[in-house]
Parts: sequence; structure tokens; C-alpha cells
Amino acid sequence: MIPGRFTYHRPNSVGEAVKLLADLGEEARPLAGGHSLIPMMKLRLAQPEHLVDLGRIGGLKGVRSEGADIVLGAMTTQAEILDSALLREKAPILQEAAQVIADPQVRYQGTIGGNVANGDPGNDMPGLMLCLDARYTLTGGKGNRQVAARDFYEAAFFTKLQPGEILTEIRFAAPTAGHGWAYEKLKRKIGDYAVAAAAVVLTMSGGKCSGASIALTNVAQTPLLAVDAAKALVDTAVDAGAIDAAAKAAIAISDPTTDTRGPVEYRRSVLGVMVRRAIARAKSRAR
Amino acid sequence: MSNPAKTRVTINVNGKDMSAEVEPRTLLIHFLRENLNLTGPHIGCETTHCGACTVDLDGRSVKSCTLFAVQAEGSKVVTIEGMAAADGSLHPLQAAFAEHHGLQCGFCTPGMITRAYRLLQENPTPTDEEIRFGIAGNICRCTGYQNIVKAIRSAAQVMAGQPRKEAAE
Ligand SMILES: Cc1cc2nc3c(=O)[nH]c(=O)nc-3n(C[C@H](O)[C@H](O)[C@H](O)COP(=O)(O)OP(=O)(O)OC[C@H]3O[C@@H](n4cnc5c(N)ncnc54)[C@H](O)[C@@H]3O)c2cc1C
Ligand code: FES
Ligand code: FES
Repeated sequence: MIPGRFTYHRPNSVGEAVKLLADLGEEARPLAGGHSLIPMMKLRLAQPEHLVDLGRIGGLKGVRSEGADIVLGAMTTQAEILDSALLREKAPILQEAAQVIADPQVRYQGTIGGNVANGDPGNDMPGLMLCLDARYTLTGGKGNRQVAARDFYEAAFFTKLQPGEILTEIRFAAPTAGHGWAYEKLKRKIGDYAVAAAAVVLTMSGGKCSGASIALTNVAQTPLLAVDAAKALVDTAVDAGAIDAAAKAAIAISDPTTDTRGPVEYRRSVLGVMVRRAIARAKSRAR
Repeated sequence: MSNPAKTRVTINVNGKDMSAEVEPRTLLIHFLRENLNLTGPHIGCETTHCGACTVDLDGRSVKSCTLFAVQAEGSKVVTIEGMAAADGSLHPLQAAFAEHHGLQCGFCTPGMITRAYRLLQENPTPTDEEIRFGIAGNICRCTGYQNIVKAIRSAAQVMAGQPRKEAAE
């Protein structure tokens, strides 16, 4: 399988890349790790005439903290996410999710920016970004704008990213110290996308849940923020009844399709299991 | 659609700078196999699943069927052909795969060994579970993996200077 023909561009700066994208118009696409784009090009699901390779642009890589925020450069790979001491300490849920994305080779090459910009409902990182209330920095010809992850996803492969824009940074407030977290994903095998997955971050104080955030992966056209599911936990001891209510609330907003991963009923039922497990594990980790 | 001209890429492969005129859409696996005649890295699935095409690129294991050769311009690539020493003596991984029957048909072996090579660079003393997680991107349809894991465990011990016997059960 060989992709269609294209012209290759290798800019050295974000400015140069943005200018190229603007000049080349809608038939040009950024190339990050290429591990969603190249497979799609082989299948002719994508046929860009120009690829603008972001791989040699300095400054788009790395994980850093900036005040209360954690900032991820768009070209940071999943392998680098797994290696980050800062994330291990402050936001280990990202590593738990990166660990269940594909396989080592794909994680060396795939980037966090590509994962969240792609718009595939199967991608795992967008759900996490909804859960963490992350903001994306989009850089275009007119400079930067910030879009909340919670507003970014419109439909499968449709996002707020405009042609000519590059997603350069992801930032989110570090979750409260002592928070509990879990990412639960059911997949048929290594290298498969989720049948259903759930991200949970919660804080406990005095035996009660003082705050919770829950997001769902691959059970609708876009990742979903499960607002009512999170509400069902707050001010409870996160006991069996509360977990049950949260799982039901999550299932109620899901809208999966029947595909090779199973019929709708099965995928919704798996979602319930993922939400229950994620909440229980997050609770057990909360201090 | 435009028909973009070929471009020259130069990639350091197994210690030597190699260059060729390629189309931008030329995948690294095709550059290696067709331009350089290095047929060690295999083409299995072409869909980024099987790992038969795995090579080492600047210290990372990559599936060379999912990378354009132009992306690797100026990089260092190691393929199975670059694993043995200059005098032809096998790399401990190659020796261990032979000794422990880590292969049957051999189709997955070049990818399996180049992947295991990077795994042991990063984690010289992996547990069996870490070996299995580390080679999760490489599919073998013959062995059932048992002997592959055994071979990698054995090679790790040899590379750490322990006698080879201990690795065998
Ligand atoms: C076998 C296999 C299994 C996989 N399993 C999973 C999985 O379980 N979960 C999961 O989440 N992912 C999975 N993936 C996808 C993988 O994580 C991709 O790496 C990721 O989806 C895209 O990131 P990338 O860096 O490779 O981007 P690319 O493939 O280069 O780009 C993807 C899209 O995003 C655009 N883009 C990329 N970067 C930017 C940017 N900075 N700004 C604007 N637009 C940009 C590109 O133009 C393109 O349209 C799998 C991939 C493979 C091959
Ligand atoms: S041929 Fe590259 S992963 Fe199968
Ligand atoms: S030995 Fe035949 S595929 Fe692995």
C-alpha cells in the first residue's frame, strides 16, 4: 500500500509552517507522527496534495510546568509522555492512558498534538483533555487563540481547528494534590481502539467526594464530558449506590454505533463497566 | 494533481551514509528494500500492526512502513543487517534466537530482534512481563512467543555478562 503523491515541505519554525499552510490552502495538511495520517493516505481516505512536516520545528516538544499549569508541546510523543517525571508526579492519568495506546513503535512516533487534533473518536487523549479541562493553543496567520478541549470537538474528524492553523500547545491546571485518577479502556487486542473507555479524576476530603470529572472515549462521534455522572459522585462517599448512579448517567449520554467492536447494547454495557472500574480505582488512589 | 519531483534523501544506514532519489511518498521500508537492497526488514501487513518492518531510527523502534523516507533525512537507521559485529559474529540477540528456537519461519524475526535490541538498550534487565509489553507491536504467527521471550531474556543475561546456561530452563 503506497500513499498518493504529494509535495513535501519541511519548515523550521511555526511561523514558516503557518505561512506554508496559508499559501498552499485547503489541500495542505500538517504531518506530525504520521501514525493516523499515513495509514489514512494508504487507504486514500486522505489525499493531501501537500504535507507540511512539523517534525523539525524546535520548541514544539516537551512537558513543562508553568505556574499552576502543565504545558505539553504538540510534538511531544506518547513515549515522551510515559517518560516524563513531571507527569508521573502531577498528572499520572496521562501516562495510564498513553500506556494503552497502540504499541511501543506507535508510541515512539505518535504525538500528543496529532492525537488530539486528529478528531478520530477512537483517539484516547481527547477524552482525557475533556476530563482535565485542557485548553489548546491554535496558531494561525493572525497569531494564537485558545480553545477549550470541551468546545473543540464537533463531530467525527470535525474540530474547531481551521485550515491554516496548527495546534501548538496543550495546557491544563494540574489536578489537586492527592487526587485519585484512572483511565479504563477495553480493547480487543493490542493496537485496537477502545470498545469503550472512561477517564476519571476525583478528590476526596473527610470521606466524601469534593470534586469529580468524568469523560468517555469512543462511545459517540466525539469524546463526551459526563457532567451528570460526575455530579452523581460529588458529596457522596462514592459508595456502591453513587457509582451505580454515575455509570447509569454515563450510559445515558452515550451514543455508540454497532461496528466490529460489537453491537450498541454491548458497547454501552462495557462503558458502564469501564466507568465503574475507573471510579473505584480513582477512589482507591485518592488521598 | 501535481506530480512532484523526486528529491534526494541521505540517511545513515548501519553506519554508512546512503542516498537515493525518491518520491516524497516513498516509505522508509521501500527505500531500504528497493533503493538499498536491504531486504532484512520485511513487509507484512503494511498497516502498522505486525512490526515485521521494524527498524531502529535515532534510538527509537519504528515501523518503517509508516514513515516516509524524507522524514528520516539525516537520521541514523539500524536494520537487522547492522546487528552482527564487523567480523560477522552474531549479536547476542541473534545468537539467543537461534539457540532458544525464537523463530520458526523467520518472517517476524528481523523486526522482533531490532525491537528487542532497543528494548534491552532501555531496560537491560526486563522481567518476562516487561519483555511481552515491549514486543507487543511485533506479531509472530508461528512460535507462540514463549521461545521469543526466552531468547530475549537469555540475550539480556549474556549482555549483562552472566553465563548463557542460566537463561535456559
Ligand atoms: C496500529 C495503531 C493503533 C493505534 N491505536 C490507537 C489507540 O488505541 N488510541 C489512540 O488514541 N490512538 C491510536 N492510534 C493513533 C496514534 O495514536 C496516532 O499517532 C495519533 O492518532 C495521531 O498522532 P500523530 O502524531 O501520528 O499525527 P498524524 O498522523 O501526523 O496527524 C493526524 C492528523 O492530525 C493533524 N495534525 C497533527 N498534528 C497537528 C498539529 N500539531 N496541529 C494541527 N493538526 C495536526 C494532521 O494533519 C492529521 O490530519 C493508533 C495508531 C496505529 C497505527
Ligand atoms: S509491515 Fe509495517 S507494521 Fe506490518
Ligand atoms: S517465526 Fe514465523 S512469524 Fe514469527
